Amino acid sequence: MSQARVIASSPFKKKGELAPPRRKLKTPWLFIFLCMSPWLFGIIFFTAYPMISSFYQSFTKFNLIESPKWVGLENFHRMFFEDSDFWQALKNTVWISVISIPLRIAFAMFTAWVLTKPKRGRNIYRTIFFLPSMVPAVAATMAFTYIFNPAYGPINRMLEAIGIKEPPFWFLDPKWSKWGLILLGLWGIGDTMIIFLAGLLDVPTSLYEAASLEGASGWQSFRYITLPLMTPVIFFSTVTGVIGSFQYFTQAYVASGQVNDYSHSMYFYATHIYFSAFRAYEMGYASALAWVLLVITLLCTLVILKTQKRWVHYPNGSLFK
Amino acid sequence: MSTMTLDNRARIEAQSRQARSKKKWNSFLHMVGNHSLLIALSVVFIMPLYLVIVLSLMSKGQAETRSLWPHPFVWHNYITVFTAVPFLKWTINTLFVALMGTIGTVVSSVPPAYVLSRLQWKGRHTTFIFLLSTMMLPGQVTMIPVYIIFSRLHWIPSFLPLIVPSFFSSAFSIFLLRQFFTSIPDEISDAARIDGCSEFKLMMKIVVPLAKPAISAIALFAFLGSWNDFFGPLLYIVENEDLWTLGIGLNAFQGIHHVDKNMMMTASALFMAPVIIIFFFSQKVFIEGVTLTGVKG
Repeated sequence: MSQARVIASSPFKKKGELAPPRRKLKTPWLFIFLCMSPWLFGIIFFTAYPMISSFYQSFTKFNLIESPKWVGLENFHRMFFEDSDFWQALKNTVWISVISIPLRIAFAMFTAWVLTKPKRGRNIYRTIFFLPSMVPAVAATMAFTYIFNPAYGPINRMLEAIGIKEPPFWFLDPKWSKWGLILLGLWGIGDTMIIFLAGLLDVPTSLYEAASLEGASGWQSFRYITLPLMTPVIFFSTVTGVIGSFQYFTQAYVASGQVNDYSHSMYFYATHIYFSAFRAYEMGYASALAWVLLVITLLCTLVILKTQKRWVHYPNGSLFK
Repeated sequence: MSTMTLDNRARIEAQSRQARSKKKWNSFLHMVGNHSLLIALSVVFIMPLYLVIVLSLMSKGQAETRSLWPHPFVWHNYITVFTAVPFLKWTINTLFVALMGTIGTVVSSVPPAYVLSRLQWKGRHTTFIFLLSTMMLPGQVTMIPVYIIFSRLHWIPSFLPLIVPSFFSSAFSIFLLRQFFTSIPDEISDAARIDGCSEFKLMMKIVVPLAKPAISAIALFAFLGSWNDFFGPLLYIVENEDLWTLGIGLNAFQGIHHVDKNMMMTASALFMAPVIIIFFFSQKVFIEGVTLTGVKG
C-alpha cells in the first residue's frame, strides 16, 4: 500500500526498486522526418536552391525573359569600376552603420538603465518605451517625414520654441536626411532595449552591494560591473546591427519616395539591389550585388567574432552550451 | 549618572531620527529625479504618436500651419479616408494575408520545434545550430531566385507568394518555441510514453496545451510581421491595385492626387491602431518573446 503510493507520487525521482524500469525508447525516425519536413522543404525550396541559383546567376546576364547568358566576372567588374551608384549605396550604408549601431546600443543601454531605477511604475514606462517599435515601418516613416517637414511639420516649430534658431531641414536636406532616419530608428529602440533590460536585471544585486561597501562610485560600478556583464548583449546587438544595416530598406525607400531624394542621400545597399533587380530587371547583376553583400556581412561578423575573446565576458562559459 | 545615560540615549535617538529622515529625504529626491527622467523620455517616445493623432484630426488648411492642437476637431477625416481611398479593401487584404501567414507559421513551426526539443536523436544539435545560422542569412541572397520561382508559377501578382512560404516554417518561430518546450519537464512526456501514448498525441495533447504562451507569442509575431511587412507586398502585389495592402497603399498616398496631407496622417493612425491595441492587450507575451530569443520576428 505504502509502496504503491510512493510509485504513484514520484515514479521517476526515486531511483531503485520502487520505480518501474525505464525502457529504452526506439528513435521514431519517421515521426522526426515528418515533423521536420516543413522546415526541410522550406530550406530546400526557399534557401538552398535559391542560393545555388543566385550564385550561378551572379556570373550571368539575365533579364527574366531571355535565359541567363554567361558573362564571367563582368558583373563584378562593373560593380567595382563602373557603377557609381554601387559606391554611393555602399558609402551611405557604411556611414549609417558606423553612426547608428553605437548610438542604438548606447541609447538602448541608457533607456534600459533608467528603467531599472524606479521601484514603482516600471511597467508603465516600459510599455511606453517599447510601443514605438511595434508601429509599422511605413506608417512610422510617413509620420516622421511629415512631422519633421520644415514647412508644415510641428517638430521644427518646437525646436524654434526652445531656442534653436535654424533647425535643419531633415529629410529634405541631403546632409540631414540620414539623421532623420537615425532618429526614426532610435524611436523604435524598444525591442533592443528589452534585451538590455533583461541583461541589466540579471546582474546580481550582491555585486553592487559589495561594490558600494568598498566605496565604489556610481560610475565605477557601472564601468567595472555592469559593462563587463553586458558585453554579451552588446556583442549580440553589434552582430545583428551589422546584418540589419545591410538589409535596411523600407524606411529609406518610403522616406526617399516621400521627399524625392534626387541626390541619393538615402540610397542604401538594399535599395540598390532592389532597383537593379526589380526596376532595371538586371537579375544577374542584382544577384552579384547580393553575393557581395553576403561576403561583406560575413567578413564583418567574422571580424567581430575574432575580437570577442578580448572584450566579451561570458559568466557561464560559451554562448552555445 | 542615570540622567546622563538618558540624555545620551535621547541624543542618539534624535540623531538616528535625523539620519533616517535625511535618508528618506535623499531617497525621495532620488525618486523624483528618476521619475522626471522617465517622464521626459516618455514624452519623447509618445510625441510622434501624439502628433500623428493630432494632425489626423485637423482640417486640410490647418494641417499645413505647424499647429499643435486641432481647431476645430475634424472627426470626419476618419470617415472621409474610407471614401477618398479604398482603405477598407486595403485593410481586408492586409488582414487576410496576415491571418493566413499566422496560421501557416504556427502549423508548420510547432512540429519541428517539438522534435528539436522533446526528442533525443542523432544530429539534433547540428540541425539546431544549422537552423540558427539560417536566421542570419540576408534575405537578398535568396530573394531573386525565389521571385523567379513564383513568376514561373504565374503567382505574381497574387497573395500566394506572401502566404505559401509561411507554411514552410520560420526559423525564428521554431527557435522561440524550442526555447519554451525545453523548459517543460521531461517527466511528463516519459509518463505518457510509458502509458503507450504516441508521439503525435503527446505533442498535440500534452506539450501544445502547456506551451500556449509560446504559441501565442509566435502567432503574434507572425501576425505583426506580416501586418507590418512592406518589402514582400512591394515585390509581389504592387502591379494589381485590387491586391494592395495597407503598407503599399499608404506609400502610394502622395501619388494619389486628390488625397490631402492630413488624410495621410489619418490613414497612418488607422494603420497603427490595431498594432497598438494588440500590443496593449498582450505586451507580456511580446516582451517575454523578445527576452527569450533576443530578437523580434
